[in-house]
This record gives sequence, structure tokens and C-alpha cells, in this order.
Amino acid sequence: MSEPLIYELCQAGRRAVSLPACDVPLAPLPAGCERTDLPLPEVSEIDLMRHYVRLSQLNYGIDTGFYPLGSCTMKYNPKVNEVAARIPGFAALHPLQPELSVQGAMTVMFELQAMLAEIAGFAAVTLQPAAGAHGELTGVLMMRKYLYDQGECERDTMLVPDSAHGTNPATTSMSGCRVVEVPSDARGNVDLGGLSALIGQHGPKLIGLMLTNPNTLGLFDENVLEVLRLVHEAGGLVYGDGANFNAILGIARPGDLGFDVMHYNLHKTFSTPHGGGGPGAGAVGVCEKLADYLPGPVVARGEADGLLHWAMPAKSIGRVKSFYGNFGILVRAYTYIRMHGAEGLRQVSENAVLNANYLQARLRGVYPIPHGDRVCMHEFVAQGILRDAAGIRTMDIAKRLMDFGFHPPTVYFPLIVPEALMIEPTETESRQTLDAFADALIAIAGEARADPELLHDAPHGAPVRRLDEVKAAKDLVLCYAPGCGG
Amino acid sequence: MNYIPNTDADRALMLEVVGAKSTAELFRDVPEQHRFPALSLPPALSEMEVLGELNALANENDDLQNLACFLGAGAYYHFVPSVVDFILHRSEFFTAYTPYQPEISQGTLQAHYEYQSMICALTGMEVSNVSHYDGATAVAEAVIMALQVGRGKRNKVILSPTLHPQYREVVRTYTQGMPSVDIAGDAFGLAGENALAGLTTEPGGARSETGPSALLDSLAALLDKQTACVIVQNPDFLGRLYTPAEMQAVADKTHAAGAQFVVSVDPISLGLFVPPGQYGADVVTGEGQPMGNGISFGGPYLGFFAMKAADVRRSAGRIVGQTVDVDGKRGYVLTLSTREQHIRREKASSNICTNQALNALAAAIYMAAMGKYGLRTVAELSYHKAHYAADLIGKVSGYQVVSQAPFFKEFVVRCPRPVSFTNENLLDRYGMIGGYDLSCDYPGLKDHMLVCVTEMNSRMQIELLAEALGEVAGMNPDRFDGDGEVSCV
Repeated sequence: MSEPLIYELCQAGRRAVSLPACDVPLAPLPAGCERTDLPLPEVSEIDLMRHYVRLSQLNYGIDTGFYPLGSCTMKYNPKVNEVAARIPGFAALHPLQPELSVQGAMTVMFELQAMLAEIAGFAAVTLQPAAGAHGELTGVLMMRKYLYDQGECERDTMLVPDSAHGTNPATTSMSGCRVVEVPSDARGNVDLGGLSALIGQHGPKLIGLMLTNPNTLGLFDENVLEVLRLVHEAGGLVYGDGANFNAILGIARPGDLGFDVMHYNLHKTFSTPHGGGGPGAGAVGVCEKLADYLPGPVVARGEADGLLHWAMPAKSIGRVKSFYGNFGILVRAYTYIRMHGAEGLRQVSENAVLNANYLQARLRGVYPIPHGDRVCMHEFVAQGILRDAAGIRTMDIAKRLMDFGFHPPTVYFPLIVPEALMIEPTETESRQTLDAFADALIAIAGEARADPELLHDAPHGAPVRRLDEVKAAKDLVLCYAPGCGG
Repeated sequence: MNYIPNTDADRALMLEVVGAKSTAELFRDVPEQHRFPALSLPPALSEMEVLGELNALANENDDLQNLACFLGAGAYYHFVPSVVDFILHRSEFFTAYTPYQPEISQGTLQAHYEYQSMICALTGMEVSNVSHYDGATAVAEAVIMALQVGRGKRNKVILSPTLHPQYREVVRTYTQGMPSVDIAGDAFGLAGENALAGLTTEPGGARSETGPSALLDSLAALLDKQTACVIVQNPDFLGRLYTPAEMQAVADKTHAAGAQFVVSVDPISLGLFVPPGQYGADVVTGEGQPMGNGISFGGPYLGFFAMKAADVRRSAGRIVGQTVDVDGKRGYVLTLSTREQHIRREKASSNICTNQALNALAAAIYMAAMGKYGLRTVAELSYHKAHYAADLIGKVSGYQVVSQAPFFKEFVVRCPRPVSFTNENLLDRYGMIGGYDLSCDYPGLKDHMLVCVTEMNSRMQIELLAEALGEVAGMNPDRFDGDGEVSCV
């Protein structure tokens, strides 16, 4: 089954909207400015509706089935969040309305700032960044500016573990800093010896360290306090990548551990939907000494009038985006936190971690799990390497999982584990679902030995079979021709 | 309330398989002194209770459904057809992740390919990506791309002083770690001088020597061999429309200097006016919110980004390409990923990962629904109503419309009273959200209001606005609750 492009459904003269007649006198159009052709589709409303419904049916979402994408925290997205964000008193507000006319919306932001600060142990929070990577940029620019203000202008080197998300080194470069990679040790922690050596080498040039904890192997660094101490001792700051925060709600507060800055992925930890790749929200929390550097405006309570006001922190790095952040996403995250409370959030992490350990236990001995001797956090990394199944790779296993009705795990990441299968079940999955998924992976391991072609040719039941990505990048077709080039 | 299906019985069974006595045991790697902190949060609520609280908070706001809105300045109240949100509610779209597994993500991928195609059609460009965070960060990414095209030899960025003030701020934030970058062009604008070119206190009349094209000329005069790009907004922040001929002239000068010409544009205006692709733009960006995305207190929106095919490998952001599967059947994949952070890490063209995919879907549905004629109608309605409003306000005693033609849906009015005073009275007495106070961004425009009119404003609303402004002019500002000073953040 394939769906035509919207342009291929066009019939001249069809309309999908009705608009009012003009009720004011017409003004003359300026000379030489009018466009002669606008090559957009012409379809009826029913054509349009069926087209998008059929497209949606080619997709797989959390509401379709299990989505154990490592480091992405594909938990259930509560529907009350969607209702909340669409209340007209939130959805139909202009961002530049007078403050007095939007005190309710500002209250949601003010309380969300406070709740996020409390949950992670920070002094202040900005809600402006639109995504995790955007939060990283915010954080690194703040670290840089703070150190600069301390007279430490020569600091331009960031330590980034080899297990880090690609956004960490990319953010560092974008901030005008250099990346130095830190090795991991045999137990999956930051290698303390390696770290000390790099600090010795780069000490006075050091901005700090970007650390994901739990890391992308799903492990809580056993030496985290020592790692942070070494960086701080060298005059650096420590950035926390909050992508894996779902493991430690009510379990540990990064601010207590000594992290100076951290971004929260509200679209992971706090259940806002991923939307096919966004929008997200990448709020950033900071310790006291960095609070004045937050981008703004943030919401502050006026001491004199008790009202909420927009305020630009004193030494702010500036705006990172227009207006205040992805407000619709903030309402959803606020709703989620209010429904959970402190105890509920701790249950989230306890169950996320128990689910991951249960899956790890069920797959131990079937697939190699490099750090399977340790307790994992919310995720773990297995390998698509099977004895007596030469020629089978992780990608084959991933594609075959689709035929069993599952979304594959994250594949080939982290880069330090060959043939990685990074599995994050989240707390919203039942034991039955986890068992069905483990059974599928066990069955696939059997198939890999008995009938490897079955895996090589997978998926068999998806809307399309394996796609030629090399051709896509070589013979670029990025736009339907009649619409291209004006 | 939580969303955890497992029961105590399930957990007991699972702990046994794991070989742990309790879930607490699973956290032994967390330093003991920091383990299980008590969080001070408000008590948990049921769904019914949380909706009750949220509705109460929402009721504290004055929302646009109950008001007449004449405020724009980068966020616009346009009509969103019912089909848009209906389709966004499809779980398969809104609960999916980034389409890294294309075989089961063809819905998102094809919809985004169609989005790219329609953005190209709208802007007159060759390639579009699948969105940035908003109009501001799209401009910042255009700057970074131009710096990369300039290979470190071109570090000067010329910003028009009438590029949205927040976009200019974001460009400065993004480039603050690049000490060699020199941002020029808008400094005198910040002081109030250059931006005002073409805004005269004599309403009407032909465009003069000091008109908006003089502003473009003064930007072009800054071009040199170090220039990476020139960025102009059209219609500009003050609503003024530069003609294709004026834009082509600055594009030609920019290209002669070897720099890139970047245009930030209101997508609705492209329903009616010549697209930047036809007057020399190398990159066309803009705030996509007016296309099918609710105004939502400032976000989530989307930044669209369209370019020439020659630059695509230096660009940032996700791009969908067409290909075939092993049976030769047409399909879509994320392509050119070797530019991106998950492959290239510190050498990536940008750090962007999550974008505004669902907002791009909304924009795509909007463009398809509006189609060839609907978008033109929206643009025409906005244009005619804005000009009608300018006509009426220009006749109200004490007010001067200082924008000269041509403008699109926004224009500048000099008010007899402070804008904050005027707006407070419009809201309290007439249920109207007045225009944007320009004095924060342009000190030379004290008491100047940027009025926005779209298809959402009826003739009656416009006439009431003119009437209300007349009454406000006669009010005594001494009785003003505020001090007439604007808090500029």
C-alpha cells in the first residue's frame, strides 16, 4: 500500500477551506509586488483528511505499541496533557499581551520553574530552550560567560566522555569551545585515571565536563562524586545532560551531587509527546552562582505588588529563542508533575529501573550485554552479536522486531559498544509487554541461526521494505518537482 | 495518579527474576548520602482535580477568543482550519519519535517531504529542511551556515535594524562564543535612527529618498570582503514591504561582494507577494506559526528554512529525501545525516536534534488545506483590512499613521498618549488587545504603536478600535494606574 503525494491528488478548482468575504473596501495592491503563481495543492477537505489519516496509518507511535528506544524515554503520553494545553485560556494567548492579562499562564510557568528546580536540586530554572540540544547550548554559553566574568578568559576546552550523545560535542563546537574526549573504564564509568591525566594536560584551559548520568550505557557512574570533585578542583564546571533523568526522579538530585547546570528534556522525562521529532522543551536548571546568567525573560514575583513579571537575569547570556519557550509543552509537563507529586515521581523512576533490569535479566545469556553484571538504571545496552549466526547484524535484528509488532531499540549507539542495541522500556509498560518483547528477541536469535535470510530481508510486514539510504543521499530528491524553484 | 500498569504482584515476580529484594536495592550505585531525597512538591492530584486547577488558572487569563486582537510583532492570530488539529490528534503522528526507522515511519516522512515541497513552492527556493525551533533560531542557523560557507574568512554579519529585535538578540546569543564574528548594521537602528527611514511624520505621499530603500542602501554600503551575509526581513518588523526590485538590488550587491543574502519573511505574505526566491535570496527563513499553529503564548512554533541546492550540505537540521525500497517501491528517509550531530559530533553543522516536527506537520496541513487560492485570500483579507484600519485611525484626531505604502498587515501609528496607557484602556474598557509598543526596541519611536490586522478582525472590530482610540486620546493619563514607563525585558 502506498499513498500518493498530496500534489498527486490535486484537481484544479478543489478547495478544502471556506473563508469569509472581504467586508472592508479594497485597497490597491502595490505595483510590481504581486506574485503570479502559487504552486500549492488544490484538494477537497475529504481528500485532505483521508490523505493524512492514511499517512498516519503508515506510522508507529507509542499508542500503537512498545517503543523501547534507548535514551529517548518513549513513555505513555497522558491524554489529559493534550486537553490541558488546548484550554483556550492557555492556547489562545498572545505572548506580548499585558502581564496583567496573563497571570494564570505566568503562574504555570513560575510554578513549573520552582518544581523543576526542586526535583533536580537547583537554585533557578529557565523554561526558554526548545529542546535538549538547545538547553545544552544555553548551559555551555552560561558556563563560558561565568568563567569569563571570573577573569578566566582562556578557558575553552570541554571534556566529553566517549559515551556521550552527539549533541554534547556538537554543542561544544557551536559554543566556540574545543572538545577533548574522555575514555570510559572497564565498568562503564568515566575512567578516573584518564580523566586525571586530561585534567593535568588541559587544567587551566578547562571549561569543564559534560556528563550524562546515568550514562548512555544505562549505568549510574559509581565514582560520580570523585569525577565532579576532580573537575571542580581544576576550576571547571560540570554540565549534566538530563536526557536520562527518568532514572533518578526522587532517587538523586543532580544539584546535590554537585552538577552546576543541567537541562531537562520535558518531552522525555515529563511525558510530553515527541510529535515525530518535536516539539520538545529543554528547560535548564543551574546552581546559585549561575542563576544570573540564565537566558530570559524568566518569570519572577514582584516584591512590591505580589504579581508575576517578566525579568531578564542580571548577567544573562541573552535570549536563546523568541518569547518564553514552548509554552504548550510546558503546560503538559506541569500537568504531569502535578498529577504525580513527590511520591508518584519516585515510583516513575523505580518502575522504569525495575522494568529495565527485568528485561536485562531476561535477555542475559541470549545477547551479549557488556555491563550485564551491573545493575542498570532505566536502560541497558545489549549487542546484536550472536554465536553461530555469522552475517547477522544489529540492523537485521532491529528490522525483524518490526514484524513482531515492536519498534526497534536505539541501534549502533553508544558508539563505544559495537553492534549496540540500546533498550529503554520506561515505567509505563507492563510485565506482559516486556515478556512479549523478550520472547520476540529470543525467537529472533533462534531465527538468526536457523533462517538468517528471514532477518536479512526483514521487515516483511511493514508498509515498505528496506529503503535505499545511499541512493537517497546520492541522487538527492528533496522536493516534489512542480513545487520546486518557484 | 501515575501511569504505571504493574502491580505489587508483578513487581514481586520481576524482582525475583532480577535477583533483588526490593526496588530500592537497584539504586546502590547512587551515593548513599544523596539517595532518596525528600522532594517538596504539591500533593498529587487526580485527573479531575488537575483539570479543575488548570481551568481556574486559564480563567485568570484574557484569551483572544473573547477579545479583539490587534497585536502581532512576530506572533500572529490567524484562522486555523478544523482539519489541522483533528489530524494532529492522530496518535500515530503525535506519539511517534524522530523517524530513524523509516519502514514504520513513512507517515511522518512523507508528510515532511510534502512540507518541504510546499515550503519550496511558497518561498521559491530549491530545498527546505524540516524546521528549526522558531523564526529567531532559523535566522541564527542561517548566520552559522553563512559563516561556514565563508570558511572562516568572512566573519561580518549585516543585520537590518528592522529584523525582529528578538531575532537579532538570538543571533547575538548564538554567536557569542565566536569572538571573530562582527555583527553590523543594526547598531544605529538600536539607537533609533536608521530603522526609522521611511517613517515620516507627514502621512501619505510618495516614497522619498529617505524611504525604506535608503535603509537597504545603507546596509549594502557596509558590504566588504569580510561579509558572510546580509539579513533583511520582508515585510520588515515595522510592517513595511520592500518591492522585489528593491530587494533584488541589495541581493545583487550582496552577491557582488561574495556574501549570502538571507531573507526572513512572513509566510502569509507569500500568498500574495513575490517570493524571495525570485529576488535573489540564498536563504529564506521565517516564523511558520501563522500557518496552522495556534498562538499558544509564544510556542511551540516552527522556524522554516529554505535554501539553494548548492548549500544543502552545509546546512543544519533534518531533511527528508525520496528513495526506493528493495522492491523499487517509492519511499522516504532522513537523508544527508552526515551533516548532523549524531554522526559528525563536534564537526556537525549544528547541534540541533529535536526540531518542531509536529508544528511542521500542522503547517503542511495548513498549506495543503489553504492551497493555491486560500492562502492568497488570507493574505488579501489581512492586507485590505490592515489598510482600512490605517485609513480609519489616520482620521482620528491626535493619531498619525506614519507608515507609508506599501505595507502588508502591520503599520506604525503615533499615539497622543503613551502606548502602555492606551493599551491598558483598550483592554479594560473595550476588550481589545492593542498593538505593540515600539519604544522598548526603538527609542526614537516613543508613543509609537505597531498595529496588526488579520482576517480574524471584522470590520466592526476595526471601526470600534478607531472609535476607542479616539476616546482614549481624550482621557487623562494622570489617572493612569501605571507610571507610563514601559518595563522593557
